[in-house]
Amino acid sequence: MPLPNILFYVFAALALLCGSLVILNRNPVNSAMFLVLTIASLAGLFVLLNAFFLAAIQILVYAGAVMVLFLFVIMLLDLKKEQRRKIKTYGLIGGLISVGAIVAIFLRALFVTKPGANLDAPTAIGDTITLGKILFTKFLLPFEIVSVLLLVAMVGVILLSKKDLK
Amino acid sequence: MNVGLEHYLTVAGLLFALGLFGVIARRNVLVMYMCLELMLNAANLALVAFSRFTNNLQGQVFVFFIITVAAAEVAVGLALIVALYRKRGTAHVEDLTTMKL
Repeated sequence: MPLPNILFYVFAALALLCGSLVILNRNPVNSAMFLVLTIASLAGLFVLLNAFFLAAIQILVYAGAVMVLFLFVIMLLDLKKEQRRKIKTYGLIGGLISVGAIVAIFLRALFVTKPGANLDAPTAIGDTITLGKILFTKFLLPFEIVSVLLLVAMVGVILLSKKDLK
Repeated sequence: MNVGLEHYLTVAGLLFALGLFGVIARRNVLVMYMCLELMLNAANLALVAFSRFTNNLQGQVFVFFIITVAAAEVAVGLALIVALYRKRGTAHVEDLTTMKL
């Protein structure tokens, strides 16, 4: 088996394993740490898909900024005393049934339609130069709107985190 | 067997299901929020896989925008959770029943 295929299986198994550990862990700090691992292995899958720019962004923005924010809030809230709650059985059973149904529908659709059957050999490479050119020509307006969105989010967060909301 | 589009889509689907199950089964607001991030990441993986195997880079631009919006969304959502915790002293969804009839 060639090396990229082995790496795909390694990263996919790692992502799914750490993703399930995010849910199974009772301590929110451990959950956050396993979420970082999941995101890192997804970045590995992005590299295998030749999306180098997105892999870097994934590590920088998700594993860096977003998870630091999560950890800060976990430590701010002091969630220690809420670890020992029982999980409701009805919620668990309902969740398992609905998620199982969704997975069944998805996998059946995938194996019946076979979306990757007659495609050309992949040649697209998402490096910074190509993506930047698309971003600043075809997607210039969405790019500018996203900057406004980030400004709005920043103002909103500052307003929300004031001591007395009025 | 060569790794193709179906393999990546299977991983993305399973990851999405994991995130959905976490949102349903866990009762801690923060962990539910992390599971939402898991679902967003699964969608990103599917988009990048489609972009790679159909030779169309616009999917990757789309993922770039999703990551940006997700970062803004996380900031706002966590600020809301902190405000909620200050007001109610809990981060547990079953204790938040003000709007229940």
